[in-house]
Amino acid sequence: MTFSLRQSLAMMALAFACVASATTVDAKTFRWANSGDVSSMDPYARQETFLLTFTANIYEGLTRRDKDLKLEPALAVKWGQTDPTHWYFDLRPNVKFSDGTPFTADDVVFSINRANGPGSNLNGNFSTMKSIKKVNDLRVEVETIVPDPLLADKWSSIGIMSKAWCEKNNAVHAADMIKNEENYATRNAMGTGPFVLKERRAGEKTVLVANPNWWDKPVHNLTEVIFTPVPNAATRVAALKAGDIDMTYEVPPADTENLKRDPNIKVLEGPETRVVYLGFDEERDELVESNIKGKNPFKDKRVREAMYRSIDIEAIKRTVMRGQSFPTALMVARGINGYTADLDKRPSLLKPEEAKKMLADAGYPDGFEVGMDCPNDRYVNDEKICQAVVSMLAKIGVKVNLRAQTRNLFFAKILRSTSDGKPNKTSFFMLGWSPATTYDVHNVFEQLLQTPDIKRKKGLYNVGGYSNPKFDELADKIEVETDKAKRDAMIHEATKIYLDDYAYIPLHQQALVWAMRKNVDLVQPADNTFPLRFVNVK
Amino acid sequence: MSARTAFAQWLHHAADSDIWWSFKSSTTTVVAAAVTFLIIAMAFLAPVIAPHTPFDPGTLSLSDGLKPPVLISSDGDWSFPLGTDDQGRDVLSSIMYGTRLSLIVGFASVIVAMVLGIGLGLISGYFGGTTDAVIMRIADVQLTFPAILVALLIDGLVRGLISSDRHDEIATFVIIGAIGLSFWVQYARTVRGSVLVEKNKEYVQAARVIGLSPAVIMVRHVLPNVTGPVLVIATINLGLAIITEATLSFLGVGLPSTQPSLGTLIRLGNELLQSGEWWITVFPGITLALLVLAVNLLGDWLRDALNPKLR
Amino acid sequence: MLAFILRRLMQSVAVLLAVGLVSFSLFRYVGDPINAMVGQDTPAVEREALRVKLGLNDPAPIQFVRFIANAAHGQFGLSYRTAEPVSRMILERLPATLELSFCAALFALLVGIPMGVYTGLYPRHWTSRLLQAVSLIGVSLPTFLIGILLILFFSVILRWLPSFGRGETVTIGWWTTNFLRWKGLEALILPSITLGLFQLTLLMRLVRSEMLEVMRTDYIKFARARGLTNRAINFGHALKNTLVPVITVTGLQLGSLIAFAIVTETVFAWPGVGQLFIQSVQFSDIPVMAAYLMLIGLFFVIINLVVDLLYFVVDPRLRGQMGRRAGAH
Repeated sequence: MTFSLRQSLAMMALAFACVASATTVDAKTFRWANSGDVSSMDPYARQETFLLTFTANIYEGLTRRDKDLKLEPALAVKWGQTDPTHWYFDLRPNVKFSDGTPFTADDVVFSINRANGPGSNLNGNFSTMKSIKKVNDLRVEVETIVPDPLLADKWSSIGIMSKAWCEKNNAVHAADMIKNEENYATRNAMGTGPFVLKERRAGEKTVLVANPNWWDKPVHNLTEVIFTPVPNAATRVAALKAGDIDMTYEVPPADTENLKRDPNIKVLEGPETRVVYLGFDEERDELVESNIKGKNPFKDKRVREAMYRSIDIEAIKRTVMRGQSFPTALMVARGINGYTADLDKRPSLLKPEEAKKMLADAGYPDGFEVGMDCPNDRYVNDEKICQAVVSMLAKIGVKVNLRAQTRNLFFAKILRSTSDGKPNKTSFFMLGWSPATTYDVHNVFEQLLQTPDIKRKKGLYNVGGYSNPKFDELADKIEVETDKAKRDAMIHEATKIYLDDYAYIPLHQQALVWAMRKNVDLVQPADNTFPLRFVNVK
Repeated sequence: MSARTAFAQWLHHAADSDIWWSFKSSTTTVVAAAVTFLIIAMAFLAPVIAPHTPFDPGTLSLSDGLKPPVLISSDGDWSFPLGTDDQGRDVLSSIMYGTRLSLIVGFASVIVAMVLGIGLGLISGYFGGTTDAVIMRIADVQLTFPAILVALLIDGLVRGLISSDRHDEIATFVIIGAIGLSFWVQYARTVRGSVLVEKNKEYVQAARVIGLSPAVIMVRHVLPNVTGPVLVIATINLGLAIITEATLSFLGVGLPSTQPSLGTLIRLGNELLQSGEWWITVFPGITLALLVLAVNLLGDWLRDALNPKLR
Repeated sequence: MLAFILRRLMQSVAVLLAVGLVSFSLFRYVGDPINAMVGQDTPAVEREALRVKLGLNDPAPIQFVRFIANAAHGQFGLSYRTAEPVSRMILERLPATLELSFCAALFALLVGIPMGVYTGLYPRHWTSRLLQAVSLIGVSLPTFLIGILLILFFSVILRWLPSFGRGETVTIGWWTTNFLRWKGLEALILPSITLGLFQLTLLMRLVRSEMLEVMRTDYIKFARARGLTNRAINFGHALKNTLVPVITVTGLQLGSLIAFAIVTETVFAWPGVGQLFIQSVQFSDIPVMAAYLMLIGLFFVIINLVVDLLYFVVDPRLRGQMGRRAGAH
């Protein structure tokens, strides 16, 4: 095949044009990938970190989180409680949606009701809300059933939509994903945020462009953002190394070292706000999976203590986690409100003889046998951590029969019934928890440590049924206390109680590993959200 | 002539003549037989000769983790000649116990396939008609799919049907069943063919006339004729069964990590291959390859020796 | 002839229905579809309502008919894991698997046949013996082990070739291809060798034994007597005669290539349907598993049908007996 000179010249010119345009665009285009696509463009479609953090680039909340997860003003400039059951939000004036229409209190009332309405998956954020009403164009008022000091925190993840836009496009209600519904808002988006949706091809790519009329001064320097879902972690890593994408997160631990060696790539590692821990069935009179009949060894604090103090978390960090973990003694991570640094100190390790003696004192001189449940695809190296725990406990005479399985089956086996709150079939388990809705320790107290009570919605994830009335009482007080100093003192006291009880065996926070090209600057919040407004491409 | 005497005669005849001679004269075959024997011995004596008990968690220590093999690195430890994995398990001992499981599953599934295949083949050939048509159509459909896919499917079905709590306990049986069920067709076809030939011979007709039951006729007269071919298929299938088990375990749907076969060991080690700890994968891999190669060589030789047509 | 085709077609439909029944049972009875769909905290009443809405309380035969009808339209519902339409997930990953299988088949043919011819023509030469020995090792090594070893040598130690993923791809319509970028082609090498090695040894052994057989026939002796060159005899006459079985086996092996791609894709993190299938098994993502089975079933049936018909056309002897070939391996 031959080309004429003219054709060749034309092609060369074309090629140059492509290269040239590519470079000018590239400068401010940010391409990134994650394992899965955003499920929907509707910010109320799922209570799922990834969907919320992605749509937050387009839809802003009344409040938002800064780089250190501290609450700061967004669409509301001021908020507070007029009395324990009434909240007010003063809205930011002169804000426009990206279609040019003004943002007012009507949009807030509409959005909150939409998020609390049919089809929405965010209903859980409104358990305390009684009603919301417009006071004037720049003020809304919320009435709660009980005092709820954390309302403004919880609502930071709720993006405000335009009433007129939803009505015009027949998307007044969120499409219910469980029922396989979709509507205009599933595929389109229009908010006040730093970015505007330009193109949405579900499962393939989603393109955002910077909002030129954003009310805030942009910290980012992006003109365009291209997001591509790439299910395979290894493929993402390869694409990053090849420069096909600028950034990816959720990097597999085995590839971290490999990426660090690449001079074109930088790796950000930080502790995730999730604490991975072990728990006991402390509720039943006889364990479901044990050779001890007629009594439950885990009801004895000495047994829990002996087991806790036989787990060498530093050895796990060194070999199993290859240094990528942050051992902890608390059930909340650093960075969460209510984290008590002075109590974050693990008790000393016991020698096997000492632990055995402690077990003998508790009435188990020959140890005992117990089943253990562990996921094998939920947390970083979860199954291997459990295996290491099994061999550490074997040395003190506790024979653990490990069952590691995929997360669906695992959760189905261990979680308490959601209809009657009855405990499930596990005796000893691994689990992880991050108070990602409120970033407050009370979420952990309420969900993991208070005595399970389905009616009061307390202790729903207290899988083993740890129960201490003194703790319960404190936790209830913490929930409604608005004085920070008093609240902190009570948190300190409550933390001491569960630590002295050896209620759980906290293990560590796993490392969040993000990888990006050298020319990318961004902020890695500890809750695994990814706000594009902090991204800079050099 | 009973089945047993027929077999004895066949064996005697075999040992006497061709077979033994052909065995002795093929160095490869002798070596293959020796390797097979050694591996089997190593596997079954594992509880006696293995230096560690890697799947007794009480004997493990994380501080022994990720030791390299002694011959390769000075960081090695002579009590772990082939190194350790990230939980501090001795690779050599893991291989011994793993081979044991691989062999048990291999032999057991071959027996399942053989019994099932012979049974269905006899029935199909002897009764003919609809029974034959149904059995052979099922065989046809199954032959359309590779055995590994059939095994994967059966394994997946059983796993879904039983409570997940019991997966580990019955994993061995499930996998034996799954592999057995995916390999029966060859036996059935061979046996059926043989039955069709023998059925019309005079002595079988005569036996029928004197009122012997079909079961007796088949076992006494038809079965001995197929011993040779069945034995060949079984030997060749043993290698395939071991590979299939290893593959399923490698894919994570075979034997669990609490009772790992060679395939499971390779899977567990493979996760660490990228970070440089190659010995956790490579040594079980070599063992598996040697075992299957030796068994296949024996199978090839047996096929040639018993089947002069193919020589 | 027509009767033969009709019978084969009927058989194919029966096989497909059988596969459909298996996928349906998987879909319906293995695991609870409701549990996978709704969150942990959905009350029993809502679960029951959803059950009715999805028709899970209807009699099984009705559900089966509905399942097959939907399948025929390519509808397998939404994935439990990603909430994406299953048909789209499969379509997205199909090009990866097909390209890999194609390259593996090409590799097996282009290397396997010449090796077979060579070892068939010079069976006693030491290189032939070496090739024979190597092929035996190829048959004895499980696919996944070959893949792991290739990765170890060429990616981890030598760092020549990528160890995972598709590298760079180019999107043309809904199809993504590896063929248009150097990095994409590079990424194809190791997985194709891994997947094709078994077929290669199979082809080599087949061609070798066919060649040995053909070379002994009078037909070749006559050709030699007529003074034809060795080259003409070897390739014009002998090889041509071995092609019928080669075509058949290649055709049948195409199906098992796609099935064995499950293993290769797992080893190389190749984003194809096989990997999707294994992921789905691990996540109990039943709709995807069911759809994959139906797809594979369809592939196999079509391939078998085509091979049967080809065989029938090529080999007139079969027309009389309408016999059925034994499946390969």
